[in-house]
Amino acid sequence: MKKKMRVLWLSAIACNGNTHSFLNYPYIEQFLDDFEFIYHPVIDSHYTLEDIVSKKIPCDVLLIEGAISKEFKRVDVSVVDIIEKYSKIVQKIVTVGTCATFGGIFRESGYEETSGMHFDQDKPSQKFQDLIDKTISVSGCPVHPEVLVNTLYAIKKEAILKLDNFLRPKEFYAYTIHNGCTRNEYFEYKVDNHRFGELEGCMFYDHGCQAPFTHGSCNKVLWNEVNSKTRAGLSCMGCTEPTFPKQNLFSTKKNMAIPENLPVGVGKRVYLTLAGISKAFKIDRLEKKLFDD
Amino acid sequence: MLDKKQLKKEQIMQSALELFASKGFYSTTIPDIALSLKMSVGNMYNYFKSKDVLAREIIQYISAYLGGKLRKINEEDISTKEKTRKIIEVYFKTASLKPEMIDYFLRIYLSNREVFKDGCEGMLCVNEFVTEIMIYFEEGVKCGDLREQDFFSAFGLFMGYLGGMVFLKGENVLPKDLNNYVDDIAFNIYKALSAE
Repeated sequence: MKKKMRVLWLSAIACNGNTHSFLNYPYIEQFLDDFEFIYHPVIDSHYTLEDIVSKKIPCDVLLIEGAISKEFKRVDVSVVDIIEKYSKIVQKIVTVGTCATFGGIFRESGYEETSGMHFDQDKPSQKFQDLIDKTISVSGCPVHPEVLVNTLYAIKKEAILKLDNFLRPKEFYAYTIHNGCTRNEYFEYKVDNHRFGELEGCMFYDHGCQAPFTHGSCNKVLWNEVNSKTRAGLSCMGCTEPTFPKQNLFSTKKNMAIPENLPVGVGKRVYLTLAGISKAFKIDRLEKKLFDD
Repeated sequence: MLDKKQLKKEQIMQSALELFASKGFYSTTIPDIALSLKMSVGNMYNYFKSKDVLAREIIQYISAYLGGKLRKINEEDISTKEKTRKIIEVYFKTASLKPEMIDYFLRIYLSNREVFKDGCEGMLCVNEFVTEIMIYFEEGVKCGDLREQDFFSAFGLFMGYLGGMVFLKGENVLPKDLNNYVDDIAFNIYKALSAE
């Protein structure tokens, strides 16, 4: 029998969104042929959470879901202590989702000093400094199951993953969500003219879409292998970023008509010059319904 | 450093601007402009293929000139109130020192849209100037000095006011020099746009 990689899925302060999103991975049977959960919140395992907390069960990868606070306990043991115990024996630690990576919405949970494992939003945290070299972050609310699974396979195959400044694999996070969006033509010619759920229009200009300044692969590795928020007609909410969640997700913050957040790396003068050029032209095709009947 | 051809082009545009201001746009011909520079008409066409092309390049030249001045103001570390005043000063100073430039903008560019319909759609040929005005507004709103509103309602108020004053000056209706109005106009515009 081949040797399975042993994985511990530890939930800290979490809504378990990543747990449930993971269940949508279409090839989960094959995955469970190669990996074994020594504990997972909803998948059967050999060990109970009590076993995990009271003993030191052999383990290769520690997955942490949810924001972390010393005050937050599982089976009467602080999650920080559980993390420290298992971090000593595992090859790699993966922070699964935005809360485990940056603190996310559970920074507001009321537990003392709640943050992500290595970051409090975009600020490096002093905790777990000695574990930075072992950690890979896969942010997202929730994380795309394929991003998580492929990261785990990379660990299993001992492939070297290049990471960005937030320890995220560049393979998935060097892109912006804008990359691969089916609405790019509307973006290029500055046509918003969108109604939620419809196929036409770019949502960056009025509807709060954060895709041009959010890192991830949602339009490259599609959700459920079929779609993405922006393709379906809903704005990208920037869920992979340290700033998530923001407020007023469905309207674009503008200062006298200029979006406050511009596409990554694009200067204001460059943006305005290009905007001026494309606004000068009216492309009739982009003003019409795609299926006009 | 500008190359020789670019320098010559600017000389031609400057002469054309002066002739347009004194003789009128339609009455000025390419041979007139060539004559004023002691150039042959044939040589003139090496620089500008037609009067329409010249007209479009002139408006871009003016936009770049004013845009450059405004960019310096935008890059200064001063309050929005001070920027407002400086933009008005620069605009009026240009209207006094290079009246043909503002005259061209108001009387030729804005009044003869048929000349500019191909190649100068929308704000294409005045992009550099408009971009700086946008940045002035955007930064003003962002720091809380100016009230958030539609760009064009603010732009119309600002540029319409300044254009109107220069127009009145050109018609010799203003009893005083433009500079004498800077304080009041800066006060009025800032008060109208201010978040307070």
